[in-house]
Amino acid sequence: MKKNLLTAVLMTLATTILLGLIYPLVVTAIAQVLFPKQANGELISKDGKIVGSALIGQTFSGAGYFHSRPSAAGSGYDAANSNGSQLGPTNRQLIERVTSDAAALQAENKAAPVPVDLVTTSASGLDPHISPAAAEFQLLRVSRARRITPDQVRQLVRQHTEGRQFGFLGEARVNVLELNLELDEHYPLH
Amino acid sequence: MTVNGWLQILFFLALVLLVTKPLGVFLARVFSRERTFMDLVLRPIERLLYRLTRVDENHEMRWTEYAVSMLLFSLVSMLLLYLIQRVQFFLPFNPQKFTAVNPAHLAFNTAASFTTNTNWQAYSGESTMSYFTQMAGLAYHNFASAAVGISLAIAFIRGIARRQTETIGNFWVDLVRSCLWVLLPFCLVGALLLVSQGVVQNFRPYDTAQLVVPQQVQRVGRDGKPVVGSDGKVLMDTVTEQTIAQGPVASQEIIKEWGTNGGGFFNANSAHPFENPTPFSNLLELFSIFAISAGLTYTLGRMTGSQRHGWAVWAAMATLFLAGVTTAYWAEAHGNPLLIGENQRVSALQPGGNMEGKEVRFGIANSALFATVTTDASCGAINGWHDSYTPLGGMVPLVNIMLSEVIFGGVGAGMYGMLIYVVLAVFIAGLMVGRTPEYLGKKIEAYDVKMAMLVALVFPLVILVFTAISSVKGFGTSGITNPGPHGFTQILYAFTSGAGNNGSAFGGLNANTLWYNTTMGFIMLVGRFFMIIPMLGIAGNLARKKYVPPSLGTFPVTTPLFTVLLIGVILILGALTFFPALSLGPILEHLLMGAGKVF
Repeated sequence: MKKNLLTAVLMTLATTILLGLIYPLVVTAIAQVLFPKQANGELISKDGKIVGSALIGQTFSGAGYFHSRPSAAGSGYDAANSNGSQLGPTNRQLIERVTSDAAALQAENKAAPVPVDLVTTSASGLDPHISPAAAEFQLLRVSRARRITPDQVRQLVRQHTEGRQFGFLGEARVNVLELNLELDEHYPLH
Repeated sequence: MTVNGWLQILFFLALVLLVTKPLGVFLARVFSRERTFMDLVLRPIERLLYRLTRVDENHEMRWTEYAVSMLLFSLVSMLLLYLIQRVQFFLPFNPQKFTAVNPAHLAFNTAASFTTNTNWQAYSGESTMSYFTQMAGLAYHNFASAAVGISLAIAFIRGIARRQTETIGNFWVDLVRSCLWVLLPFCLVGALLLVSQGVVQNFRPYDTAQLVVPQQVQRVGRDGKPVVGSDGKVLMDTVTEQTIAQGPVASQEIIKEWGTNGGGFFNANSAHPFENPTPFSNLLELFSIFAISAGLTYTLGRMTGSQRHGWAVWAAMATLFLAGVTTAYWAEAHGNPLLIGENQRVSALQPGGNMEGKEVRFGIANSALFATVTTDASCGAINGWHDSYTPLGGMVPLVNIMLSEVIFGGVGAGMYGMLIYVVLAVFIAGLMVGRTPEYLGKKIEAYDVKMAMLVALVFPLVILVFTAISSVKGFGTSGITNPGPHGFTQILYAFTSGAGNNGSAFGGLNANTLWYNTTMGFIMLVGRFFMIIPMLGIAGNLARKKYVPPSLGTFPVTTPLFTVLLIGVILILGALTFFPALSLGPILEHLLMGAGKVF
């Protein structure tokens, strides 16, 4: 018992140093050499300022931008407070929120029903993506606000649409931040 | 449901099938102390550790000494984790200058949670824990508790395999070999693979980005309600910046899954783009959750000399897995019938289905798969919030935990949990044919069955008692955030997750209170150690027994019939115990949702 207690203390300390400190430090060192961009969060800079991360969504408003999904992280896309809405499927708050958001979106595009990902909050509250259907749904509004043809916008959307990984994993998706930055670069708002 | 969705699910299961044999052989060699290809590097480190910690690697332990050593190690390491949290302000790697983890019952809850391989999180990682606490406290326990689980499973298998002996191995040797051979090498490679996908690994202070479009947001007071100005209008703030949390995530992410721990670096866990950025990282994480547990079924067969028994157990696990994932996938793909005008159709252009609390890159198939896998095993990582799943979709993870997480299960814990069911199945078969039950040449007698029943009864007892108290008392119901039957499910899920050492949650439940922190801490310790001690007792008792060669009357444990019987025992024990509780929660909610009722 006494001997095993001593071993327990020594084992805790020794393995903490090995697995709790040496291991993560070694991984960090290798990762920073092999994958410096990914290891630091794929930050995007514009004019010397960080404007976001390619993996983290942002809230966009105004007719000229593609809008992200609604977010329950902090006051919206708070990347230091990731969270979902945690609303259950029969919660009145959920049904009312989705219904009123969908009505607002439907008013600007009556041609198609609202894709469900555009009116539901993501799990992280930081989802950088919308579905291709959700991008297509917003396309006319964006092209009108930027005074360009829908096809010009569609071409950019296509460039920023990622298909399934290796052809079959996950879902097709559009990166909203990257797409909007590209729009600003090619067709700035007046 | 789509063809592509099923393709992804079956591809995942095929990977698990493929890894079962090689990993199982490897595990058997490691714990029989045979040569492996890693010895050249790892043997010197192993010897050094034994010298530093005064371990005699040739010493064999009786089950009691094995249990005491395991308890002492868990106790000491749990105290250290508590201490680290309470003094993290004085420790390095704290660029955000987080203060001590407060209140004390939160630190206790977290220490109990990580020591027991549960990883229930009543805190939010990115706003509470320093990088040091994450690495040396939390991620360390992801290794330690997983290694303890693997050691115990191996000790149990030795108990079955050995004959007329008092000992079942050396806990310290099993622990060290689990860490060095089984956990560490894979994590080194896996962490780098995750980084290549975009999982962060750094010690930066949180970055600040200038938003492309500044946002007007409502000012929210401390009570969570909008603040109203003197003119009666809600005050608005302009947000121009986004703070981006960083950290040494990849090194923790991989052991979180490989050791079936499940505690996220960030609050959103594997839904956070910095923990799980791509469909491939998602697949790697899913694979990591099941791999060791699948391998252990082969190890069981190899070490007991009955390979076909190992596969019979594997088949039972795979069948239950498929049943769960089919139900969850079907329910989530169907969407929410209360949303009428929106397009919830699943197609190549949109994920569709019930997308509240899910990420676009994973869609429905990968979210339903993740929820099933993480609760089949005692992992508890999530890539979508179970609280927002449809009633039946959310019931799948709940039922998986109620079946004691033996569908592949937690590393080690799944194996010894399953062996308890095997003992009961063999016993029931013996009763049916009227002979003394035998299991792989060992007679199963009164002591073994009593111990197995003890495990099978304590688990539902603690869950149902604490759920019942919390459902009628204010200190319990005040945590509910979704009214109606869903609120009851939130509480039921919490205690089931705690006792099952899973750690996933119906995350809306406000559980960072004195009541939930202390009871959950207690129930996690019971769920872990009260299972382990009777289980080790059986192992010690089996090791002592003589080998009885199989005869005509022996019920074979290698056939499909055995697989069916085993599944039957698991379902009957689990389902009958919990059916009343389930009918008050998810089943009732499903029926009311179909009738168009909202709460």
